[in-house]
Amino acid sequence: MTFSPAAPPLPATPATEKLTLAAVAGGLLALLLALADADASRQRLWFWAALALIGSGTLAWSWLKFGTHPAGVQHDNLWRRASTSRGAVAWATGLALTGFYVVLYWFSADDGHGHFGLLDHLVHPLDGFSQALRGRPADQWFLYGTFYTLAVLLMGARALWKYRHSRYHLIRTASVMFFQLGFAFLLPGLLQFFQQPEYYFSYFWPLKYDYLFPGTVTSLLKNGGLGVFMVFWGAVMSFLATPVLTYFFGKRWYCSWVCGCGGLAETAGDPYRHLSDKSRAAWRWEVRLIYPILAIIVAITALLWVHFATGSTLLGEAGGAAAKWYGFAIGAVFSGVVGVGFYPILGSRVWCRFGCPMAAYLGLLQKHFSRFRISTNGGQCISCGNCSNVCEMGIDVKQYAQRGEPIIRAACVGCGMCSTACPRGVLNLENGPREGRYQASPLIHADSLRILD
Amino acid sequence: MHLVIVGNGITGVTCALTVRRLRPDARITLVEGESAHHYARTALMYVYMGHLRPSDIKPYEDWFWAENRLELVHATATALHTADNLLVLDNGATLAYDQLLLATGSESRRPAWPGQHLAGVQGLYGLPDLEAMARDTHGIARGVVVGGGLIGVELAEMLHSRGIEPVVLVRDGHYWASVLPPEEAHLVDLQFEENGVPVRYHTELAEILGDAHGRVRAVRTTRGEEIACQWVGIATGVAPNLTLAQTSAVETDRGILVDELLRTNVPNVYAAGDCAQFRRPAAGEVPIEQLWYTGRMQGETVAHTLCGQPTPYRRGVWFNSAKFFNLEYQTYGQAPAGPTPGLNSFYWEHLGSRAAFRVYFRAEAPHAVVGFNALGLRLRQAVCEQWIRQQAPVAAVLAGLGAANFDAEFAPQHEAAIVAAFNRQFPQQPVALARRRGLFARF
Repeated sequence: MTFSPAAPPLPATPATEKLTLAAVAGGLLALLLALADADASRQRLWFWAALALIGSGTLAWSWLKFGTHPAGVQHDNLWRRASTSRGAVAWATGLALTGFYVVLYWFSADDGHGHFGLLDHLVHPLDGFSQALRGRPADQWFLYGTFYTLAVLLMGARALWKYRHSRYHLIRTASVMFFQLGFAFLLPGLLQFFQQPEYYFSYFWPLKYDYLFPGTVTSLLKNGGLGVFMVFWGAVMSFLATPVLTYFFGKRWYCSWVCGCGGLAETAGDPYRHLSDKSRAAWRWEVRLIYPILAIIVAITALLWVHFATGSTLLGEAGGAAAKWYGFAIGAVFSGVVGVGFYPILGSRVWCRFGCPMAAYLGLLQKHFSRFRISTNGGQCISCGNCSNVCEMGIDVKQYAQRGEPIIRAACVGCGMCSTACPRGVLNLENGPREGRYQASPLIHADSLRILD
Repeated sequence: MHLVIVGNGITGVTCALTVRRLRPDARITLVEGESAHHYARTALMYVYMGHLRPSDIKPYEDWFWAENRLELVHATATALHTADNLLVLDNGATLAYDQLLLATGSESRRPAWPGQHLAGVQGLYGLPDLEAMARDTHGIARGVVVGGGLIGVELAEMLHSRGIEPVVLVRDGHYWASVLPPEEAHLVDLQFEENGVPVRYHTELAEILGDAHGRVRAVRTTRGEEIACQWVGIATGVAPNLTLAQTSAVETDRGILVDELLRTNVPNVYAAGDCAQFRRPAAGEVPIEQLWYTGRMQGETVAHTLCGQPTPYRRGVWFNSAKFFNLEYQTYGQAPAGPTPGLNSFYWEHLGSRAAFRVYFRAEAPHAVVGFNALGLRLRQAVCEQWIRQQAPVAAVLAGLGAANFDAEFAPQHEAAIVAAFNRQFPQQPVALARRRGLFARF
């Protein structure tokens, strides 16, 4: 469009908000000081001071920013702030996040003497907590789990304030906070405390791809009662519960209610949801990437089982090598470094949209074997584009709404934000009969042009 | 056939898409000077508020037009020679047509106020207005908004989003008095209050006062008050844009005069949308309709006639929607603002004044439902429309109200409270709430 409005000044941030943001910045600084300080007791001090400052600062800022305004859609200046519109702040945040993941994955492994590379000074302050929870000292993954859970809880509180006018968002946000804290942090820790395998009951194959690898299965089975239950749980969730729950509720029962990756996207990633690319070109990349990734992990799993069943005679170590390669490229680089590191640039669901094999699997079920759809309310759409804007999965929602069609897309994670952002009450997430699920409203005549495919 | 459409708003574009569907071989050209591509006028406010970027308010990506063989001419049509079937453009070119649709839209209406030509006084209709507003509200402290309709509240919300104090002048005793009953208007008023927006009711603009540089510095109201301000938004409605039509033999009045097939007095020249005026509007309907929805419907209707399927324009069951700060509004059917002979209405309001529901029905038995107002709750259009068409009795409608519930999952459900209130007010028509909400309510 030729039009370009004069860049206006942003309304000044109130002094109280600045104070809370300064607390968060101070907390981040304290983390750097912990990294730099050689003294163990001072490391602990810096570390816990950092968490206290970041935590209280985030909560206080969220309340000032969202809690003190009338409840409703609060998107003013979203595309104008550097932090949420790919400005300098966003790039700096992205760089810091990406850097953290690189350091975590490749420069923080245990050297065999309890030293954790570059993150060593952040790992050891957690030893006491880890000992209490898991009965063993902390490691780099425990540090990561702690940070991850804190991010979901703190930014979850922000989401609760921001979306307090919608019970759907309140309940859904509480759900992802609960599953992250309980199922993806405390429970695996407790299992370790009782000398059981560390197992995440909220992650399933093919996202947690190794849970159905023969190596994992045999080692769990050897563990006895609880291990057998874990194998049973994993298989039932992947092959029975997933299709059944998706049939009734769509993919959202997992992606925006339970999943830890989704949980982080819905909380810490919420300020970046609008950055997802809505173009047709991006949709084509989505299809080109996500289904082959699903096919690859299915093939690797099958290969490993054939290898196992034939007494390790067939195909040599091909399956094992492929699994290792997949773990590096998809498990580490895609889901971590790119998936979260690029939040402030590409939006919060890059991994879920382009990479996650579980999302691909759920998406196929949602598209073809589900009662879920987003209904369009007759001819009420005004093509304003607010729905597409807030879609973290990059679905151009208005293309359907303005034609009076229900939105049934494999990608849709059912976060419900399009329905909330719509200023005319046009969109509604519904589970209904499958007959006529794709039927458009007779109140608006859909042009039969090939807009989307 | 070469169809030329002047105007790439919702009317022109809907017509183009419909003609493409009905006549795949037609040559279709859209002429517009304001923007290269179709954009949603309804979303201008969201660009100003920073919710969206300018590129986000294009309903179709740029590849869409070429792929569907819709030719776009980014120029203003300055003259129309109907005798030669020729359109003259401001870039010096001419365009010959077989059929022509005038979908030139509206322009802001400005009664003759003293001072209305000062810098910083404007309406909000198109992209140039948005640009002017972004420029002229840059760093100011207060803006005055004139008009108590939909654009008035939008302008107030826009200013509010940038920390500028809006003062709204409303001629009537309550907000949008021509459309909203006082109870509904009160809920809108609470929104103004909650967002700290002062509203002066029973107040009109008398004069706009300028400073030495020809910029607005204050307004004086009909109640004699002088309000210091640096910007004035005029939201007292729009009028058909007749600039092009008046260069030709096409007959105009307030709008471009059309029959029910949207034909003008000149063969092969049609008009639709905001700019069209029906010579004989249907009973109870207005001659000029200036809504997004009606523009879309007129565009679709005229496309059928253009493709050799003469189709009279039938508006169908009326509907409209809006949002006042955080309060959503929907209306269906006949929903007059005041008491109407032969009509009753039942009004329910949520205790916290966050939601309200009104149903209009005939006073005589069987009390057929004719319309709805909903504030802060969402109704399913298809269900409401069906009830109105079938003249369903109000008791049956309220008993099955769940079927019309379009609120998000887990939202508070008000059907029981609504029915209880109705039974207290109309004990002679007892209602028992029967159906569950949602899609399964229909089965």
